[in-house]
Amino acid sequence: MTDSHLAQVNIGRIIAPLDSPELADFVALQPEINALADRSPGFVWRMVDDDGMDATGVRPDGNDALLLFNCSVWESVEALRNFTYNGDHLRALSRRREWFRRMTEAHQAMWWIPAGHRPSVAEAMERVAMLRENGPGPEAFTFRDPYPAPSGMARL
Amino acid sequence: MTDEDSTFDMLAVLGDPVRRRLYRYVAASPGEVGRDAVAEAAGISRSLAAFHLDKLVEAGLLTVSFRRLSGRTGPGAGRPAKLYRRAEGEHAVSLPPRSYEAVGRLLAEVLENAGLDRELQAAARATGAAHPDACTDDMEAVLRARGYEPYREGETLRLRNCPFHALATEFPALICGMNLALIEGLAPEEWSPAMDPCSGGCCVMLSKKKSH
Repeated sequence: MTDSHLAQVNIGRIIAPLDSPELADFVALQPEINALADRSPGFVWRMVDDDGMDATGVRPDGNDALLLFNCSVWESVEALRNFTYNGDHLRALSRRREWFRRMTEAHQAMWWIPAGHRPSVAEAMERVAMLRENGPGPEAFTFRDPYPAPSGMARL
Repeated sequence: MTDEDSTFDMLAVLGDPVRRRLYRYVAASPGEVGRDAVAEAAGISRSLAAFHLDKLVEAGLLTVSFRRLSGRTGPGAGRPAKLYRRAEGEHAVSLPPRSYEAVGRLLAEVLENAGLDRELQAAARATGAAHPDACTDDMEAVLRARGYEPYREGETLRLRNCPFHALATEFPALICGMNLALIEGLAPEEWSPAMDPCSGGCCVMLSKKKSH
């Protein structure tokens, strides 16, 4: 039985606006990568902006037009890992420095939520802040230091 | 006994050339293999193959599972076959002691934190292209010599082993990006490398370009 799901947030500062030539490949890859997520085993939900296709319109910080955000929900850490390191997504990851600036602080976080819950932007950003302030823990962690789902609920 | 002693003991089992051949055959096979297939590939008797395979299992270099190859079950289905595959775990000895892996991890961490993915990829591509084996006709042999353990799957070449396994697990985007660039540098025109990880193996597969 799975009463808990895994939420994950990623933020990243792009090197130029989304409609610039520098970001063209990144933008072009979105439909493919999102379709891959949607059909991955263990995928539950991903946040989309008002256009309804992807999250490229979401800005977690109103003062920062270049800070992108995405958030998704999965059945397990393993399900998310399988998607993340799948060929097409891994290829995109290996090109991350063509599109995103390096961040010195944590730029992603995972946490367990009750199945059915849909995280908000504010909630997700709070988890990133927790990871930055306290390091990995059950409230906010990463692939490197995964924490099990709350006791009696899901597996890792 | 020190760790080094137990590694020597384990590797000494591979001193026998027949055993080494069997080990290589099993290790390079895409799936688990039965003793008959091993015996046939090595051109030795089943019982001799079984003897050497069990020595390799005892040493911890291979592991065993039992499965009915026919897919049948119940009475009359026969005994399950003993199947061999390479054991998990890495074994290395260096004389005198060297710690390149520790240096590799440290360097990878620094590159990751500095965001130097593209610089690493450019260096890897150049290194691949400058290698004497680059762009030679027999891509399969080139990859085999570099430890990728290639095998054909239709028109594609898959790589059963990741030579950078520990670092690729820890820094996937960085190291797999480097590896793809390295293979792109090595590969002749007619092969196109792409990322398509196979379970437990390398993140790259190569497909033949269609000739026009």
